[in-house]
Amino acid sequence: MLMAILIMVGLAVFFGALLGYASLRFKVEGDPITDQIDQLLPQTQCGQCSYPGCRPYADAIAKGEVGINQCPPGGESTIQALADLLDVEVIPLNEEMGEHLDEPTVVIIREETCIGCTLCIQACPVDAIVGAAKLMHTVITSECTGCNLCLPPCPVDCIDIIPLKQRIDTWVAPEPVSALTKIPVRVEAKS
Amino acid sequence: MTSLIQKLWRMRGGVHPSFHKDESTHQPIQTAPIPPELVIPLQQHIGRSSIIKVVVGEKVLKGQLLAATNAVSPSAAVHAPTSGVVTAIEERLLPHPSGLSGQCIVIDTDGLDAWDESLASPTNNDYQSVANEQLLDLIEAAGIVGLGGAAFPSAVKLASVGESVIDTLIINGAECEPYISCDDQLMRERADEILIGIDILMQLLNAKRCLIGIENNKPDAIHALEVALSMQSNLKSIDKIAVASVPTMYPSGDARQLTKILTGVEIPKNVRSPSLGSICHNVATAYSIYQAVVESKPLVSRIVTVTGNGVKQPQNFEALIGTPFSFLVAQAGGYTKKAERLVMGGPMMGFALSTDDVPVVKATNCILVSSVDQLQLSDDDVTETEKIVMPCIRCGKCMDACPVSLLPQQMYWHTRAKDFEKVEEHKLSDCIECGACSYVCPSHIPLVDYFKFAKTEIRAQKLAAVKADQSRERHEFNEYRKVRDKEEREEKRRKQKEALQAKKAKESAESGAAETPAVDDKQDAIKAAMARAKAKKAARQAEKDGTAVAEPVVEDKQDLIKAAMARAQAKKAARLAETDTIKPTTDKQNAQQEDSNNAV
Repeated sequence: MLMAILIMVGLAVFFGALLGYASLRFKVEGDPITDQIDQLLPQTQCGQCSYPGCRPYADAIAKGEVGINQCPPGGESTIQALADLLDVEVIPLNEEMGEHLDEPTVVIIREETCIGCTLCIQACPVDAIVGAAKLMHTVITSECTGCNLCLPPCPVDCIDIIPLKQRIDTWVAPEPVSALTKIPVRVEAKS
Repeated sequence: MTSLIQKLWRMRGGVHPSFHKDESTHQPIQTAPIPPELVIPLQQHIGRSSIIKVVVGEKVLKGQLLAATNAVSPSAAVHAPTSGVVTAIEERLLPHPSGLSGQCIVIDTDGLDAWDESLASPTNNDYQSVANEQLLDLIEAAGIVGLGGAAFPSAVKLASVGESVIDTLIINGAECEPYISCDDQLMRERADEILIGIDILMQLLNAKRCLIGIENNKPDAIHALEVALSMQSNLKSIDKIAVASVPTMYPSGDARQLTKILTGVEIPKNVRSPSLGSICHNVATAYSIYQAVVESKPLVSRIVTVTGNGVKQPQNFEALIGTPFSFLVAQAGGYTKKAERLVMGGPMMGFALSTDDVPVVKATNCILVSSVDQLQLSDDDVTETEKIVMPCIRCGKCMDACPVSLLPQQMYWHTRAKDFEKVEEHKLSDCIECGACSYVCPSHIPLVDYFKFAKTEIRAQKLAAVKADQSRERHEFNEYRKVRDKEEREEKRRKQKEALQAKKAKESAESGAAETPAVDDKQDAIKAAMARAKAKKAARQAEKDGTAVAEPVVEDKQDLIKAAMARAQAKKAARLAETDTIKPTTDKQNAQQEDSNNAV
C-alpha cells in the first residue's frame, strides 16, 4: 500500500518536474496563433478595424478581444478563412468598419498639384510614397496597398483613389453562373 | 518508312465532335491584302513583354525589328509585318478572353510592302553547313513562337533540350479542333517547305527519327506530305522522317496526347518532354523556321482560318500579324445573318470575343463566326437554341472523356464550394482545358469554364499572398524605422542637454577660478599652448628688436584672451559643420513629426 502510494507520488513528482522543465526549455516566444491569423489578413495596414495595423488586430483576435469580422479589405473570404482557422462561426462583415470593395484600389498623386509637404509620406504604412520636402511626391503603385491613409493628411487634396488596373496576367476568369440557379421548375396551378 | 512507326498507341479519353473542316478548305490559301492599319501587340507569346525598338513617327520597313527579346525571361521578337509609319505605341484591345488591352505598336501601312534590305541575305539553301548555334540565333531573331496556339518562343523550347538525347521529333499536324483547317491547308500547299523546316529541326536536335502526326480525316495533307517526302531526296534526314496517320479523336492534337499516341510515352506534368526523348513542334512552326533560315524572313504573317456559318465565304488566309479581325471577315465576304458569336480558336478551346476590333496575333489560328446552335457541335439535331444547364448527376462521363485522367466532377464540386485547396489536390493544374468534359456532360455543365475560373482565381490568390507578405515586410520595416528615428532623436536631444549642462558647469567653474585656463577641452588646451608659444615668440622678437619686454602679468592676460577667442572659433566651426551634415529635409520632417506627435 505504502509502496504504491510512494511510487505514484514519485511518478507525479517526476512528471511534474519534467513538464516544468519542458515549459521552460521549450518556451514559445509570442503567440503562434497571432502569426497564423496575421498570415490570413490582407496586410493593407489600413487601420479600418480600429487597430493600428494588421498585426495588432491579429493580436486582439488571438486574445479574443474582438470579432473576426472587422476587416473590410479582406471581406467575406478573410472572415471565412479566419473562421476555419479558429473554428468559430462565420459572421457577416461589420459594416461600421467600412465596406468591402470587390475591385482593389490604389492611390495616385496628382503631381502638378502636389506641394511637397511630406505629410503623406509619413502617413504611408508601407513606405510606398517617394519624394522630399518641397519636391513632388509619387506613389509606387506596385507597393500601394490601397489603405487610403495618405488621403486625410494631404493639405491640397491631390491624392486620388483609382481602381487597380487589371493586367492579363492577373485577370480572373468569370465564375460560371451556378447550375442550380437554373433548374427549370414547373409550377402546377391549383385547381 | 513504315519501320519508323512501329505502332500507334491509344490516348486516354477523348471525344468525337462533328469536325466541320470542309467548309474552309474549298479554295486554296488566299493572301489577305494589306489593311490600312496594323496593330501589333508587344506580347504575343507566353512570357514577358518584348522591348520596344522603334519610336512614334518612325518609318519602318517590312521585317524590321519592332521589339526585341527580353533577356531576363522567355520572350520573342516582334517585326513589322509590312512597310509604313509607326503612328502610335499605345494600349489597344487584345484578342484575349478578358477583353483587356495591352501595349501595341500601331503601323499606318503604305501599301508598298517594301522589305528591309538588310534582311535580304542571299537565299540560304545551304543551311546544312550552318552551325547549330547560328541556326538557333536565326530562329530567335525571327521571333518564332509555337504556332499551334500556346505561342511559346520556339528558340527557348529548342534551347531547353540541352544535352538530352532526342529519340523522336514529333511534328504536330493533327489539328484536332473542329473548324480549324489552317495546318491542313498549309500541309497540302507547302509540304516541301515544311519538310525543309523539319530537316533544319532534325539537324538542330540530332533526333533519331521524326514523325509527322496527322489525323486521318485529312487525307489530302497526308498525301501531299508523302509525295513531298518521295520527291525531296536532297534532304539529309529524309530517311528518318515518316508521316503517321493517327485516328481522328479530339484532343489528339495536344502535344502530350500526340506524344502518347506516337511513342507510347506519357509525359508527366512537371517533366519536360526532351528529358523523355521527344519534342513536339507544330507544322506551321516548322514552316516558319524554313522561312526564317532559308528565306531570311521573320515571322510576320500566318495562316488564319476564317470560318463558321457566320461568314459568307469560309476560307484560309495568309494574313499579316496585326490585321484586324473585322478586315479579315470582310475579305471572307462579311458576316451572314447567322453570325451570333465571334470566337478566336475553335469551338472547343477557343474563347468568345466581344468585338472584332482586335488584331491577328501569332497565336491566332482561327476566327470562328457562328450561330449559337452550331457551336454545340453534336450530331443530333439541336432544337433548343441554348442547352439548359442542369445539376450534376454524377454519371462520370466527364471522367471517361478526360484525356489527362482527371476527375472533372469532383473538381467541379470543389470549385463551386470555392475549396481551391481540394481542387488543387485533384491536380487542377494538369487540366489542358480541352473542353472534352463540357462536351460530353449530359447536364450541359460548362465544366471547363469552372476550371478556367479556378485556375485564374488560384493564381490571383497566390499573387495576393505574395503582395501581402511584401506589404507586411514593408510595414514592419516602416515601424522599425519610426522607432529607430525616435530613439536617434532622443539620443541626440540627450547629448545636447548634456553638452549644455557641461558648458554651464564649465562656465560656472571658469567664473569661479579665472586664473586657471580651462584644460578640460584638449583642443582648447593645445590652442592655448600655441597662443602662448606665439606670444612668447612675439615677445622674443620684441626683445630682439629692443622694445620693452611686456610684463609677465600682461602676457598671461593676453594668453587668456587668445585662448578664449580660439575656443569661440572652434565652437563656431563645429556648429557650421553640424548644420552642414544635417539635411534640411530631415530637420523639417522631424519638426513635422513632432508636431503630429504633439497633436496625437
